[in-house]
Amino acid sequence: MSEALYSYTVLIPAVLFISFLITGLFGGKMNPLISGFISTAAILFGLVVSYYTAYQYFIVDGLVEGAYPTHVAFDMVWLSFTSTLSINLGVLIDPISILLLVVVTTVSSMVHIYSFGYMKGEFGFARFYSFLSLFSFSMIGLVVASNLFEMYMFWELVGVSSYLLIGYYYQKPAAVNASKKAFIVTRFADFGFLTGMLLLAYFTGTFDLVALTDPNGLAIASAPVMGFMGLSVVTWAVGLIFIGGAGKSAMFPLHIWLPDAMEGPTPVSALIHAATMVVAGVYLVARLFPIYVFSAPDALEMVAIVGAFTSLFAAIIAVTQTDIKRVLAFSTMSQIGYMMLALGVSGYGGEAGTGYMASMFHLFTHAMFKSLLFLGAGAIIHAVHSNYMTEMGNLRKYLPITHITFLIAALAISGIYPMSGFFSKDEILVAAMANNPVYFWIEWAVAGLTAFYMFRLYFSIFWGEKREYEHTPHEAPLSMTIPLLLLAVASAVVGFIPFSQFVSSDSIPFDVHIHWNIAIPSLLIAAAGIGVAAFMYLKPSMTPDKVAGRLSRIYRLSYNKFYIDEIYLWFTHTIIFGIVSQAASWFDRHIIDGFLNGLASLTNVVSEKTKTLQSGQLQHYGIYMVSGVLALFLIFIYWIS
Amino acid sequence: MLADIPVEHYSYVALFVFFAGIYGFFTRKNMIAMLISIELILNAINLQFVAFNKYLYPDLMEGMIFSLFIIGVAAAEAAVAIAIIINVYRRLKTINIEKVNSMKY
Amino acid sequence: METIIFYMLAASIVIFSVLTVTTRLILRAAVYLLFTLLFTAAIYLMLNYQFLAAVQLTVYAGGIVILIVFSVLLTSHINDRLELESSGRRIAAGMVSLVGIILTTATIANANFAPVKTDALTMNTKAIGNALMSYGDNGYILPFEVISILLLAAMIGAIVIAKKR
Repeated sequence: MSEALYSYTVLIPAVLFISFLITGLFGGKMNPLISGFISTAAILFGLVVSYYTAYQYFIVDGLVEGAYPTHVAFDMVWLSFTSTLSINLGVLIDPISILLLVVVTTVSSMVHIYSFGYMKGEFGFARFYSFLSLFSFSMIGLVVASNLFEMYMFWELVGVSSYLLIGYYYQKPAAVNASKKAFIVTRFADFGFLTGMLLLAYFTGTFDLVALTDPNGLAIASAPVMGFMGLSVVTWAVGLIFIGGAGKSAMFPLHIWLPDAMEGPTPVSALIHAATMVVAGVYLVARLFPIYVFSAPDALEMVAIVGAFTSLFAAIIAVTQTDIKRVLAFSTMSQIGYMMLALGVSGYGGEAGTGYMASMFHLFTHAMFKSLLFLGAGAIIHAVHSNYMTEMGNLRKYLPITHITFLIAALAISGIYPMSGFFSKDEILVAAMANNPVYFWIEWAVAGLTAFYMFRLYFSIFWGEKREYEHTPHEAPLSMTIPLLLLAVASAVVGFIPFSQFVSSDSIPFDVHIHWNIAIPSLLIAAAGIGVAAFMYLKPSMTPDKVAGRLSRIYRLSYNKFYIDEIYLWFTHTIIFGIVSQAASWFDRHIIDGFLNGLASLTNVVSEKTKTLQSGQLQHYGIYMVSGVLALFLIFIYWIS
Repeated sequence: MLADIPVEHYSYVALFVFFAGIYGFFTRKNMIAMLISIELILNAINLQFVAFNKYLYPDLMEGMIFSLFIIGVAAAEAAVAIAIIINVYRRLKTINIEKVNSMKY
Repeated sequence: METIIFYMLAASIVIFSVLTVTTRLILRAAVYLLFTLLFTAAIYLMLNYQFLAAVQLTVYAGGIVILIVFSVLLTSHINDRLELESSGRRIAAGMVSLVGIILTTATIANANFAPVKTDALTMNTKAIGNALMSYGDNGYILPFEVISILLLAAMIGAIVIAKKR
C-alpha cells in the first residue's frame, strides 16, 4: 500500500472546493457566466483526473497478487481520541471509489454543461453553479473518504447541498417546503447512521475504513459477541448505519422526500436525485460490505427485504403518476431498490459475490440512463413549459434529438438488449435467484412494471395525442443536447464493459456470462410491458381510463402514493404534536420556566427585604461596621486561639 | 510614679472614652455633635498610644510622634468636615444627619 | 500623690466624655469636649510629654473646639434643645458600646503588660525636632512631609467646599 501513489487524487475535491469558494464569494460581483465557467472547468478537471486515475489503476497498475489493491492516497490525522481511535481525513482508492469518482464526475460535468442552457438568464445563475460545486465537492469527498467519520461529515455536507439546491427557487413555498422535508427526513435517518457509527467505533476501536473492512482483520473479530435483544452489537451497529443509508437513498419508509424534491431545477434532479446523492446509501452499504457479510448477515437480510419492497412499491406508484419528473423520481427509487437488493443477496468472493458486482454495475449504468432521462425531461419541460404528461403529446416531430436519446434511455432502463441496463439487470436477477427465488420473482415483476411505466411515459410524451401548443416547442440549445447525446452513447455502450473484471466484492476479478435462463424471461416481461404500454398509449384511446376505472381502488392507492405522506402527517399531528409535544411544552412552560421565574421572584423578594440595609443613614452604616469589627474581634481573639 | 499606676488603667480610661465617642456618634442627630464625638474617639486613641509608649517602649518616641500626627490629621479632618456641614446647611437648611440620605436604594 | 491626681483626672475625663455625648445643648457639648481635652493634656504633662501636651492644647483645644463653636454659631440656633433620639437607636448603640467595652477590657486585663525598665528617652523639643527631620531608623521625615501635603489638601478642600457660589 503505497501512500504516495495516487496522491494527486486529493486535488479533485480540493479544486472543486476552491471553485465553490470563488463562485460563492465572488459570484455576485462577476458576470454570472464566469462563475459557470469556473465551476465547469473545475469539474472537467476532476473528470480528467478521475479518468486518468481509473486508467492508471485498472490498466497500468492493474492487479497486485491477483486482487486490486486498496490505497490510502492521502491521510491526515485530524482529531485523535485515543492512540487507535482517531478521525482522519484521507482519500481511499479502491475499485468502487474509482468507479464512483468516474460516475460522479461524468454526470456532474454533463449537468454543468447542460445548465448553461437550462438555467440561462435565471436570477441566481452564479449561486446555482456555486451550489453545484459544493455538491460535487461533498459527493466526491464522501466517495473517497477513508474514514467512517469523514464519510459522515461529507454525508451531511451532501445533505446540505441538496437542501440548498432543492430550495433553489426559494420564493416558491412548495420548493422551500420540499427542501426542508428532504433535509429533515435525511437528517432524521442520519441519526441512525451516527448512532450506528459510534457503536461500531466504540466496540471495534477504530473509524478507519480499511481496518474495519479487512476480512482478516481484527476489527470485526474483536467486536464482542454480546448482543441486545438477540442480535449482536455489530448487527445493531450496521443495521443503524443502513437506516442512515436508507434515508439518503429514499428507501421505504424514508422515501417521502424524494418525489417532493422534484421542485428543484431539473439539472439538480438529474445530478442529485438520480445519479449521485441517492446512491450514497448503496455506496455506504457496499463500502461496509465485509462487515455486513461476515458479522451481520441479519442486517444484510434486512437490506435485501427493504430493497425488494421499495422497488415494488415505487414501481406500483410510478404507474399512475402524471408529472413526468415524479414518474422518474419513483423510477429512481425502484432502481435503487434493485441495487440494495443486489447487495442484500450477495455473498463474498468470486461468483458468490455476483450481487455486489451487479449492484455496482447497475449503479453505473443507472447513473448514465437516469440522468439522461432527467436531462431529457428537462429539455421537454423547457420546450413545453409544463411538467404534466397529460399536456404533452406528439413531441417527436419537434424534439428529434431529445426523442432519440430518451428512447435509448427508456430501452436501457427496461433492460432491452443491447443497452447497458440489460446487462446490469440480468446480473441482479441472477444473484437474486441464487439467494432466494422469491426475490427473483418480485424483481421480475418489477422489471415488467418498469418497462410499462417507462414506455407509458415515452409514448405519452412523444406519440399519443396530437396537441396544439401555444408556442411551437423547439429543440433545446446545443449546450443541452450535447450532454444528452454523450449520455445516450454511454447508456448504449457501457453494458459491454466486462465489469466483473474490475469491480467485485473482494477486488479479485472473476468471469461472468449471460445466464440465458434468467435473461430470456426478463426480456419477455419487459417486452410485454412495452407492448401493453404501446397498446394503451401509442394512439390516443380510452383504454387507460377504462383500466383505471376497473382497478379503481388500486389506482387511487397508487396515485396517492399509498397515502404514506398522510399517514406521517397524521402521526405527527395526533401523536407527536398532540401528546408528546403537549406534555413537553407543559413541562417547559410550567416547570422549567416556572423554576426560573421562581428564582427571579425569589431574588426580587429577597432584595426588597434587604434593600433597607442601604438606608442612606450614615449612623446605620456605622453601627453595622462597628458590630462587624467587634464580631471579628471576638472570632479572631477568642475563638481562633 | 510610673510603677504605681499600671498601664491597663490608662487603657481602661482610653477605651471608655473611645466607646463613649462611638455611642455619641451613633446616637446624635446633629452633625456637629457627631463631629464632637469623633474628636472624642481620636483623643482617646492618642491617650492609649502615649500610655503604651511610656510604659512599654520608653526608649522610642514612636507613640508620641504618632499621636502628634493624629492631632494634625484630626485638625485637618475637622476643618473639612465643618466645610461640608456648612455646605449641607446651605442646601438643606438643616444639619440633621437623617435628612442627608439620598444615597440609598 | 501623683496617683491621686491621676485617678481624679481619669474620673473627670470619663464623666465629661459621658456628658458630652448625652447633653441636649450643643454648646455644652462643645465645652465638655474642651474639658475632656484639657484633662487629657494634663495627663500628658504627668507623663512628661510636655511638647505633646502643648500641641494638644494649642491645636486640639484651641483650634478644633473653637472651630466647632464657630460652626455651631453659623448653622444652628444655639439655644435649641437637640431632640432626643429614638430609644431604639439609643439601646442599639448602647449595646454595641457596652459589648465593645467588655470585650476590650477583658482582652486588656488578660494581657500581661510588664513595664520595661530601660532608660527613658529625653523628650525635649530638640529631640523631637531632630526626630521629625532625620532620615534613617528613627527619622520621621516622611510622615512629616506627607502630613504637610495632607494639610495643604485639607485646606484647599475646605476652602473649595465652603465657597459661596
